[in-house]
Amino acid sequence: MREHIVSPKIYYTIFIALTVLTVVTWSVAKLDLGKMNAVVAMTIAVIKATLVVLYFMHVRYSSRLTWVFVGAGFFWLAIMVALTLSDYMTRGWLTIAQ
Amino acid sequence: METVAEITPPRTHYLNATYGVKSWLLTTDHKRIALLYLASVTFFFFLGGLFAAGIRIELLTPQGDFVQAETYNRMFTMHGVVMIFLFLIPAIPAVLGNFLVPLMIGARDLAFPRINLLSWYIYTVGALFAVLAILFGGVDTGWTFYTPYSSTYSNGNVILTGLGVFVVGFSSILTGLNFIVTIHTMRAPGLTWFRLPLFIWAHYATSLIMILGTPVIAVTILLLALERLAHVGIFDPALGGDPVLFQHLFWFYSHPAVYIMVLPAMGVISELIANMSRKRIFGYKFVAFASLAIAAFGFLVWGHHMFVSTQSVYAGMVFSFLSYAVAIPSAVKVFNWTATLYKGSISYDTPMLYAFGFIGFFIIGGMTGLFLAALGVDVHVHDTYFVVAHFHYIMVGGTIMGYLGGLHYWWPKITGRLYSEAWARFAALVIFVGFNLTFFPQFLLGYMGMPRRYYAYPPEFQVLNVMSSAGASILGVGYLIPVIYLIWSMRYGPHAPANPWGAAGLEWRTSSPPPTLNFEQVPVVTWEAYEFGDPSENAESRMENRG
Repeated sequence: MREHIVSPKIYYTIFIALTVLTVVTWSVAKLDLGKMNAVVAMTIAVIKATLVVLYFMHVRYSSRLTWVFVGAGFFWLAIMVALTLSDYMTRGWLTIAQ
Repeated sequence: METVAEITPPRTHYLNATYGVKSWLLTTDHKRIALLYLASVTFFFFLGGLFAAGIRIELLTPQGDFVQAETYNRMFTMHGVVMIFLFLIPAIPAVLGNFLVPLMIGARDLAFPRINLLSWYIYTVGALFAVLAILFGGVDTGWTFYTPYSSTYSNGNVILTGLGVFVVGFSSILTGLNFIVTIHTMRAPGLTWFRLPLFIWAHYATSLIMILGTPVIAVTILLLALERLAHVGIFDPALGGDPVLFQHLFWFYSHPAVYIMVLPAMGVISELIANMSRKRIFGYKFVAFASLAIAAFGFLVWGHHMFVSTQSVYAGMVFSFLSYAVAIPSAVKVFNWTATLYKGSISYDTPMLYAFGFIGFFIIGGMTGLFLAALGVDVHVHDTYFVVAHFHYIMVGGTIMGYLGGLHYWWPKITGRLYSEAWARFAALVIFVGFNLTFFPQFLLGYMGMPRRYYAYPPEFQVLNVMSSAGASILGVGYLIPVIYLIWSMRYGPHAPANPWGAAGLEWRTSSPPPTLNFEQVPVVTWEAYEFGDPSENAESRMENRG
């Protein structure tokens, strides 16, 4: 398979984006957004991870089969999170007779 | 096993192509790496067996007289850690899979031969950590490393053992990666996906679990180490953590790990049943897709280990339902194997005896798994010997029977020699009897309420415990007999023909033992999997080959 050559400019751009997002994470952490604290932090983290996977790990330039395997990895992560949350989020549903 | 005397082995093959320790320790030949793994996992099998012997000796009497609680806890923990991480998980993929995947698909080697060797070195380094942990006194948490005991209170070598498990996991990931890439990219011309042997489908499914699940146990162990060493509150309630989160993360890998152990064994059994009954597997595609379904469903059921852990009862209901669902593809396999036997030309050679043993044990292990998947029943038998018996029927009765069946079936290919069929059948029988005597009484003990992981028990449980210990000693003898006659056969056994069983499959179309690059010419496949042609012709060729 032919190796895709990525220009240094793209790498530098992604690096700067990741650094900026890290600063944003740190800044936002100092604000109390209530329930949105975790949502904002996780959103930034997901954007950063996506940039790393697409550019630093070359997935953007890889074959469709590679996309399938990368997708499977994230799908499995989603399974782990969803089924674990199915425990935590339903614990309060059970009302115990006093 | 008897055969015609005048078979001449190939002049050069992978075993004599090069000589010396260096030629083995730096080899990139998948067949030699398989043998390196064979030696390693055999060592750890007997090491794990020694701990099992200690457990069974202690449980001969109700009170603690051979060892006390502290030592007993360390014995069952090290038995579990060694057997699961250093034997059961690598056994079939790393030994038989490594040897056979390239041969079965008509390739010269795996896609990444050096990564393959690296995986063995990583396994060895991880195993050394575990051995060091044993030498320094072992660990007492149980192989499940439940928090907060493991992260805060245990005075055993948790970090060293955890490091061993962490490192060994990478060897598993590399093996899985190698198999997936090899199966995708290196199949012989004409060898389409639905012409692949079911052993390959099973290893493909296993590899998916290895690369999707193993990173999670690695991260979990890292978090455990972080809490134990740096007191970061993750799992310990006293530090603000949640112990049930550890169980979620641990079982997300460790339940699918059961399928890492048993799926390759199912692949072996598919080969044995088809070739030893001279029939194409009944419902080939169903069996192939059942492997993938088991791999996928296997990731959705982990909560059935946590029904009494304060896990939400609603989550418990979901996990219970999904656990029942995983029984469907498992049952598809069992029904299809038995349907394959119908009107087959069945031979009762040693590998087939192990295959029959596997089916029986797997049915008992699987059906009792359904008991445990039921929320109400599980509350009664949770953490009792019923669970111990259930998973030993799957892991020992399933995986080890598949492993031994496969080892006997492909031994002539691996070594170029034939072993004593009479001794081999005798050993298979001893193992079958010993296994049942060891583990069946444990179902009864568990149902009567004997908890697992206790060194002492009420006197009314003694008779069944003595039966179990007696069975374990028979089982131990059963496992030692093959070591003797297989090693004997390597030097004194008659030379094996290329295809002693008259079997279908590319691995039988090259010499025994195969040349370093597996085939003189790249095979072109124009036939379906398990295509036996005229059964009478095959029966004759089998007779000729085996004398």
